[in-house]
Amino acid sequence: MLNFGSRRFWHMVGEVLFWAGLSAAFVFFMFPLYWMLITSIKARTEVTLLPPTYFPYIDFRPVLDNYLAVFTKASELGSISVSTTSRNVEISTFPGILLNSIVIGGSTTVLAVVLGTLAAYAFSRFRIRGEGDLLFFILSTRMLPPIVVLIPIFLMFIAVNLRDSYIGITLLYITTGLPFVVWMMKGFFDDIPKEYEEAAMIDGYSRLDAIWKIVIPEALPAMLATAVFVLITAWNEFVFVQILNPSKATTVPPFLYGIIGYGQIEWGRMAATSVVFLLPIVIFTFLVRNHLLRGVTFGAVRR
Amino acid sequence: MATTTNTNVVESTPARTSLRPRFGWLGDRALATLFIAPTMVLLLAIAIFPLIWSLFLSFNKFSIIKDAAKGPVWIGLANYGSLLTDGDVWARFGTTARFVISSVAIEFLVGFALALLLNRNFKGRGVIMTLMLVPMMLSPLIVALFWGYMYRPDAGVIDYYIHNVFGLPAVLWLTDLRTAMWALVIVDVWQWTPFIMLIALAGLSAVPQYLYEAAEVDRASGWFKFWNITLPLVTPLLLIAVLFRSMDAYKMFDQAYALTGGGPNHTTEVLSIYLYQMAFRDFNTGKGSALGYIMLVVIIALANLLIRVLNQLRADSR
Repeated sequence: MLNFGSRRFWHMVGEVLFWAGLSAAFVFFMFPLYWMLITSIKARTEVTLLPPTYFPYIDFRPVLDNYLAVFTKASELGSISVSTTSRNVEISTFPGILLNSIVIGGSTTVLAVVLGTLAAYAFSRFRIRGEGDLLFFILSTRMLPPIVVLIPIFLMFIAVNLRDSYIGITLLYITTGLPFVVWMMKGFFDDIPKEYEEAAMIDGYSRLDAIWKIVIPEALPAMLATAVFVLITAWNEFVFVQILNPSKATTVPPFLYGIIGYGQIEWGRMAATSVVFLLPIVIFTFLVRNHLLRGVTFGAVRR
Repeated sequence: MATTTNTNVVESTPARTSLRPRFGWLGDRALATLFIAPTMVLLLAIAIFPLIWSLFLSFNKFSIIKDAAKGPVWIGLANYGSLLTDGDVWARFGTTARFVISSVAIEFLVGFALALLLNRNFKGRGVIMTLMLVPMMLSPLIVALFWGYMYRPDAGVIDYYIHNVFGLPAVLWLTDLRTAMWALVIVDVWQWTPFIMLIALAGLSAVPQYLYEAAEVDRASGWFKFWNITLPLVTPLLLIAVLFRSMDAYKMFDQAYALTGGGPNHTTEVLSIYLYQMAFRDFNTGKGSALGYIMLVVIIALANLLIRVLNQLRADSR
């Protein structure tokens, strides 16, 4: 007999509600991710088929056509998987654009982290006049809605001929990444005791030697974690590239928007492109997931 | 400890002095300047200078296409005047506020609830936590494009369930006046609830266990413990999360651009979309700059207000 007044009964109700809530949330948050993966290995006819199919090998046959279409020009002819013999194996434009993303994202990350770390070190260790004001100034540039600064930057890049160039967009991304790096790294440096370097300097190291040999090795994990966030921001950015680099040094997000924009929409190819594009970020993120919390809150939450 | 340091000094000093420290002549003062200068120069050149230029343009009649040869013409406050008396602009502010408030409110409730659920030990917790982080790492544009596929009325999986499985009337998510805004809110909630959840979890795990134990001794109810221990201690951190989210939601562009383009009938035309169209479709550069400044003033005012509330709450909880 169930005893409604008993503690055990209410405990069981709690358990049921707990697992029900958790499962509902899990399905809501994971389904789109699963769906993207599944769509990327569906044949073209399968993608828009209703009722939808859910499990590879069980209710549909997985194919790699979409991934092939990402890297070759095959799908642009619309004849993929129909006749393998006439398949056009020319390389598509995607690898080049992915390379752009890698070059721009990579150089942004390295430069922003190096410059920002140096500035953060100076703010943390040296006496600087108006330090608080400078730091607030650096932070405040982060509040600007990108669309607001886009107009003058657009004009400026036209004036100095930086539109459609690697340098322009990279400088812009470095500038958007810098406030974050400075604030994050200053927090980390504040946590590293000064005495480490001071001891080294008593031993005859110059300040630069001490930074290079003592401080940087100590700060490296923090720098890597910060780097991941700078990379994610630059990697995923859309509106600046869309406006500033429409043709030459464009990156993957505007390219993907283009796939959807005109003509027949190839959802399978789009999903496969997204998966290829996401993979590096997801891997990097998992590598530094222990530092993630501090990163997403701009250093406001400490562990 | 003291002896080891001593021997170190004795051993290393002769070697170091014979090598002479590299760049020893660089004093701390020079180094400080050297380290900070690149950051400041970049921020001044690529963040501050454009802002000043845009402030100048906002007082001018200027179109990058039509007036390219003629240059800007000073018209004083006319841009601001015409924007602030334009009902459309106020309507866009309303749309933006609707988006920010509904998405941040839902993210807050769901994220906090999830954090409460996950704030206990059970098998698979680590896996769930890690997987929940993935949405945040994705490009907002790609997320929007993919939801666009799922929202499709003919081939989308969402409507298949609503219409074919549950037998409810079909929903034209992106083209129905009543649902377009909700479609955007759902996408934002999907991507950013994990953010609130993560911060709330950090707050929850920082609540000292002995407080609960003390309450247990006094036979306090679960509800009492939640209201009097958990909530006051987690609130400051949650408000930081809300502050961050609100500022980001205010800037939202990619999702609306990719999913609805501001339509149907302007129901999802948030400020950034409106500004984008003004500046880069109609090329009203001067007026667009003025609208940008209005947006800026509003966000700075709101951020200050939120920070003040936050500090007040922090002071109270001490």
